[in-house]
Amino acid sequence: MTPLAALIRRDIKIALRVGGGALIGVLFFLTVTVLMPFAIGPDLPLLARLGPAILWLGALLASLLTLDRLFTADHDDGSLDLIVMGRTPLELACAAKALAHWLAAGVPLIAATPVLGLLLNLDAAATSAVALTLLVGTPALTFTGMIGAALAVTLHRGGLLLAVLVLPLSIPVLIFGVAASQAAITGPLSFGTPFSILCALSLVSFVVGPFAAAASLRHGLD
Amino acid sequence: MFSGLDFAAASGEVLAVVGPNGSGKTSLLRLIAGLLVPGGGSIGLEGGEAELTLPEQSHYLGHRDALKPALSVAENLSFWRDFLGGATGDVKECLTAVGLGHATYLPAAFLSAGQRRRLSIARLLVVRRPVWLLDEPTSALDTAGQELFVGVMREHLASGGIIVAATHTPLGIEASELRMGGGK
Repeated sequence: MTPLAALIRRDIKIALRVGGGALIGVLFFLTVTVLMPFAIGPDLPLLARLGPAILWLGALLASLLTLDRLFTADHDDGSLDLIVMGRTPLELACAAKALAHWLAAGVPLIAATPVLGLLLNLDAAATSAVALTLLVGTPALTFTGMIGAALAVTLHRGGLLLAVLVLPLSIPVLIFGVAASQAAITGPLSFGTPFSILCALSLVSFVVGPFAAAASLRHGLD
Repeated sequence: MFSGLDFAAASGEVLAVVGPNGSGKTSLLRLIAGLLVPGGGSIGLEGGEAELTLPEQSHYLGHRDALKPALSVAENLSFWRDFLGGATGDVKECLTAVGLGHATYLPAAFLSAGQRRRLSIARLLVVRRPVWLLDEPTSALDTAGQELFVGVMREHLASGGIIVAATHTPLGIEASELRMGGGK
């Protein structure tokens, strides 16, 4: 097995086992979405209008929930030292870790979206539009969040700091994710424009995230 | 942290780094491992594979064991074998060699401190690296474990390896000494 495949496999295994916390994100997502109709009231058209935004916010917060442990867990048990020393470039190892996090914590969110869409009075077309934008947008959340996660290693106990650092970075993703979903449901904008920008944001984060995280880790080890 | 330090270790040699607490033994090992950036001076490996850096040809056995409690003993070791790469050995054989053959499928969470250390030592065996950087390698090991570790080190030296070990207790193996601190 190649080093990167081994890293991805290990991280997914740990996330899915007891104490891993991959499913905590889905539970949190479910809770937020279920609470919303109670807060807003039984106004079905209003719920449908707010639906994509609620789903996106829920997914954003849920994906942040477990992200702070992305590097700190490895730092605490000494694995990070060996990963930094290894023959695999640190940038690639960071990208592999982010990918594993997305597969274990992000994909379940997307899979849960159709069910949660029902609770918000979204029809099938609207739900699939939201799920599609989440599929394209959540990797960007993970890969930009990874920069914050790497900084959290340097600044011990940076869990809350991570949210403060990462949430501003995820504003563009949120704007274009919700805009694309709304465009698919109500118009009048075309779906293609915000969706393309969302794709571009993801692609940029794939390039910038691993390098920024690796640089932060290299300087942050003590 | 320290200055005026000059040392060398040749193939088949052990360099024991000794000194009081806080004299910089761990920092020195982490410098060699490339985990700290030196303020000045240089560290290098002569011979070895030209395309790889010194850290890439080293094993680092630190205070922390780099084990995941959620994974089994064999899964932990297989991960490091696959990730570290290079010339690798058989996971089962290495576990048996460090006396963990019976615990292969046990989650690492259930291991005692000594068993965790043994599993870390198995990592040194499963992936071949010419330079071993050991930080208090025998702490937590029982007498049998220490004897076993001396055997492991002898084998490594016989195959031309280098060991740099920070230690308080004698390693049980002939070594040249690098004394840190005390105004030297």
